[in-house]
Amino acid sequence: MNSNINFINIGERTNVTGSAKFKKLIMSDQFEEAVAIAKDQIDNGAQIIDINMDEGLLDSKEAMRKYLNLISVEPDIAKVPFMIDSSKWEVIEAGLKCIQGKAIVNSISLKEGEEIFLSQAEKIKSYGGAVVVMAFDEKGQADNVDRKFNICQRAYNLLVKKINFHPQDIIFDPNVFAVATGIEEHNNYALDFFEATKLIKSKLPFAKVSGGLSNVSFSFRGNNQVREAMHSCFLYHAIKYGLDMAIVNAGQITIYEQIPNDLKTAVEDVLFNKSNLATDNLLEISKKYSGNVERKKVTNEWRKQSLEKKIEYALVNGINEFIESDTESLRKTNKSPLEIIEGPLMDGMNVVGDLFGSGKMFLPQVVKSARVMKQSVAYLLPFMESNTEEKAKKKGKILLATVKGDVHDIGKNIVGVVLQCNNFEIIDLGVMVTANKIIETAIKENVDLIGLSGLITPSLDEMCFVASELKRNNVTKPLLIGGATTSKIHTAIKIDPLYDFGVCHVTDASKAVAVASNLISKNKVKPFIDSLAKEYSSLRNNYFKKEKSSLNNIENCRKNRFVFNWNSYTPPTPKVKKINFQQNISIKKISKFIDWNPFFEAWELYGKFPKILEDKIIGKAASDLWKDAKKMLDKITEENLTSPKAVFGFWPANSVGDDIAVYDEKTKVEVSRLYFLRQQMDRSKSKSKRANFCLADFVAPTSANIEDYIGGFIVTAGEGIEKLAKYYEDKNDDYNSILVKALGDRIAEALAEMLHVDVRTKFWGYANGEKFSNDQLINEEYIGIRPAPGYPACPDHTEKKTLFRLLKADENINVKLTESFAMSPSSSVSGLYFSNPSSAYFGVGKVYEDQVKDYAKRKGVNKNIAEKWLSSSLGYVIED
Amino acid sequence: MKKIQEALKERILILDGAMGTMIQQEKLEEDDFRGAKFKDTKILLKGNNDILNLTKEKLIYDIHTKYLMSGADIIETNTFNSTRVSQSDYDCADISNELNFQGGKIARKAVDDYLEKNPNEVKFVAGVLGPTNRTCSMSPDVNNPGFRNITFDELLTDYEESTEALISSGVDLIMVETVFDTLNAKAALMAIQNIQDKLKTTLPVMISATITDLSGRTLSGQTIEAFYNSIIHVNPLSIGLNCALGPKELEPYVIELDRISEKFISVHPNAGLPNAFGEYDETPESMGNFARKWSKNGYINIIGGCCGTTPEHINLMKKNVKNIEPRQKKNFEPKLQLSGLESFQF
Repeated sequence: MNSNINFINIGERTNVTGSAKFKKLIMSDQFEEAVAIAKDQIDNGAQIIDINMDEGLLDSKEAMRKYLNLISVEPDIAKVPFMIDSSKWEVIEAGLKCIQGKAIVNSISLKEGEEIFLSQAEKIKSYGGAVVVMAFDEKGQADNVDRKFNICQRAYNLLVKKINFHPQDIIFDPNVFAVATGIEEHNNYALDFFEATKLIKSKLPFAKVSGGLSNVSFSFRGNNQVREAMHSCFLYHAIKYGLDMAIVNAGQITIYEQIPNDLKTAVEDVLFNKSNLATDNLLEISKKYSGNVERKKVTNEWRKQSLEKKIEYALVNGINEFIESDTESLRKTNKSPLEIIEGPLMDGMNVVGDLFGSGKMFLPQVVKSARVMKQSVAYLLPFMESNTEEKAKKKGKILLATVKGDVHDIGKNIVGVVLQCNNFEIIDLGVMVTANKIIETAIKENVDLIGLSGLITPSLDEMCFVASELKRNNVTKPLLIGGATTSKIHTAIKIDPLYDFGVCHVTDASKAVAVASNLISKNKVKPFIDSLAKEYSSLRNNYFKKEKSSLNNIENCRKNRFVFNWNSYTPPTPKVKKINFQQNISIKKISKFIDWNPFFEAWELYGKFPKILEDKIIGKAASDLWKDAKKMLDKITEENLTSPKAVFGFWPANSVGDDIAVYDEKTKVEVSRLYFLRQQMDRSKSKSKRANFCLADFVAPTSANIEDYIGGFIVTAGEGIEKLAKYYEDKNDDYNSILVKALGDRIAEALAEMLHVDVRTKFWGYANGEKFSNDQLINEEYIGIRPAPGYPACPDHTEKKTLFRLLKADENINVKLTESFAMSPSSSVSGLYFSNPSSAYFGVGKVYEDQVKDYAKRKGVNKNIAEKWLSSSLGYVIED
Repeated sequence: MKKIQEALKERILILDGAMGTMIQQEKLEEDDFRGAKFKDTKILLKGNNDILNLTKEKLIYDIHTKYLMSGADIIETNTFNSTRVSQSDYDCADISNELNFQGGKIARKAVDDYLEKNPNEVKFVAGVLGPTNRTCSMSPDVNNPGFRNITFDELLTDYEESTEALISSGVDLIMVETVFDTLNAKAALMAIQNIQDKLKTTLPVMISATITDLSGRTLSGQTIEAFYNSIIHVNPLSIGLNCALGPKELEPYVIELDRISEKFISVHPNAGLPNAFGEYDETPESMGNFARKWSKNGYINIIGGCCGTTPEHINLMKKNVKNIEPRQKKNFEPKLQLSGLESFQF
């Protein structure tokens, strides 16, 4: 579990005050049965479980001890952290003495004054726990935003300053109270909570916010549909204000998008205290919501065909509207689920496979077909479990994973879907998967092939690690390597030598089927692997021959640096100087800046937009996809499903050799240093007389004695993208899930483009008059550049860390870096701004040992560490 | 004398090797363990290595000295089983205090005598707190999963007594090692904190966990990162791994620790996995090669040996890491790092 999630569900059912069932089991000493409730919460998505034994007739201390001892030995439960919930300190301490992991104490407060508060906090610290602090002081529980925040701030200062409590281990609970109670003073309670949350998150660094959800809907007891709608809306908005976690009934959260619009509006009017009539209005509407929703009836010409033909039609055309009822009808014909899957469904998918294979169907269409197939199979699954003998015959089992440190999965998901369409069984381990998990699953599931995916360069290194670990653990199944960062040459040089049982770089999803089929076929596998090995070995030999000949030492390259005439130049001074944060940026505005070409490329449709829509061959697939994309974009915009954010800043800076020193605006003291690499290709014989570029060349050197600047930015499409994608994924709708993610990436890139325009014309303001069309922007005709760490001009991803620190990313924008320096949420873009009129994009290309040695020294890291992060840019072989 | 924190910034420090293996080589008999002091004890004492602190003081002193001569910078006291609860197996609970105090004294004297002759060197004594023979977060009875044969409070009291004796004997730091149940370790760490508060000392603390098998988890089921999150609140000098596995098997976990740790890293593996005769086969050369590889890769700050290692092993490690830069400390953005059996970060 890692920080690529943006919200934590804490399971509430193991609580005697909250769950009647749990209470009954505990009171009647049926502890072992009560263990199942904890398991259930985790199966339903709780990432932490809250345990509460506060009941007057119970020996709470003993019950806490007994229950914790029991669940501590259940690996499926004990894997998650525990939250010990009690209002009695002795119960909390008894709990802490049973837990080997790092738990959360829920809660302590200033209710009985500072002395008791601090002594309890000190004890929690010595047991190694995190703590929930309630907004409660000597005067009572805080109900308005000022009191909520003031109490939390006071508690924070006491904890952090007086006893050195780590601020990241503090979680505030600013009290969720019931709204729509009919009492006027309660009307603002939800809004007070939201605003207090926002203040805490912005003013108390690293502290988190939590809340108990069920209180908010207390006045609607008995009407679960309305209660759940209130919970869902409350969470949806609270998260936007910064809520990090909530105690919820895991598995029972209604999906926000599925709440009927009138109910949603009425609930939101109450939560945001929009009018005095809001409560009455919600009461009125709530009467309507106790029954079931009607189904609408639609008929179509194709619906008149035979059942089998209808299934085929639905599969080929990707129509999922009737698939469940058609599947049910098939089932009623006395066919077993397996017969249905292997009969009409597979027949239909074979048609899809043939059309795809012969180039008559395209990826987006195939993914839609797969959605229909998956939903039909999902419908049949419950009927299959009664007969465990039944198992559909699959061509082979393939494990897919995006490796540790990487969060990108569009490509991997597409490959998975395409392979599934071709009757392979896919075990998709998701993103950020450790080598151990891959090995464990490969062995346990006895998979036939293992597919590794990654988008950022550090993933290449992780893939090498996975390959060597697979070998060390005696896994002998062929390895598929794919993803934007991978290449045939890298696979040949770095991965293939580490693994003896077949390594194959797969360029795109349409190739994956043929490769997988070859590798699974008993007859073809050996010749296929042999020919691959031969190809890779000759690639390796040629590579090293070529690379050696173009070697050029770094000193010569520095002499051939790009030289700018600083004497006759005054760098522009940015118009804004502090760090700027923008949120809730309008997607409507952003979407004008979208470059649609990469979007179609993600779906393996190649051609220039918008011409591609009229292409003779792929035009239909492209324009259908384009329509769906526009529709989804509208949905995201209108329903406000994500909130794009941006942070940017400018600092005085000068170059120092190949580094750029960044200064504090006021004191002019160096606060950070950015490290860059210089192109090292041999230019001495080339006629072009091009320089050996380094980004540092574009900023005035200290020796020129001129004040120059550098800028930096992070933009993100927002947390809503991953949430929405997950929502579709859970509905077996890979098509929309992939669509959302691909759009998220476009939104982030477009936002970077849009912000750069504002930077040039307003914030840095050096290009006031510029007016470019979107095409001109895409062609980079503007003045200045915005290179991103990890990409060709500065290939070291670790430089993002400096950028994130300069921009105070943690406080400003909810984008985090994984251990491989991938950004999470993945629909995010970061980079540096250069204003120099001569600055231009370039690729560093291969670098050699002399430069890496010097680079590592400048950065203050070991050479082998630098080599690790630069592995895909190294023009030499590391000697062990 | 130079502080260990400073020494660690400059070079890789060498921890000593196995005590048990060296004692075994002496082929001691029951009477050797008893000496005059325990000649009438009813329970057999052979195998209670810690009691040799009282009955074969010279032998323990000589082993420490051999390790010092072979290049060890940190000497571990012979107190692995000296807690009250561990000694109760031999009916010797009441001499726990004495065992720890004498164990500390012998190591102190060995180091002081060595430094007398080699005044330009720096050496340290680490007072060892072992894991005990009980587990606080697991049931010894499969039919009764909620049962425990020791409580946190009992362990806390035992560890407090041992810690106080060790600190009073003059050790330079405390090492909680061979951790297989993190809750036991948390009791030890709290005991250290309580005693340091009482004695107004601030000795550095080393913590070293044991990965029991190739699942990559401690006996109590935690992953390395989960373990790390569970004990990092005490701000230890170093976090490390020891025992159970040889260097080859331990390597992936050393790499994992390097990835996550903001603290110095120590590793003291066994000399391989025990063979069919219960002996350890990893040669000094091969262990020395691992030491070189790990230090070159920047994984480690402290290296030494556990079961099956000898002064030869330590000597070759010392030679092989000479002049190689120690692992550089990492700093991560603060995160809420919780754990159950697995780590949970937010």
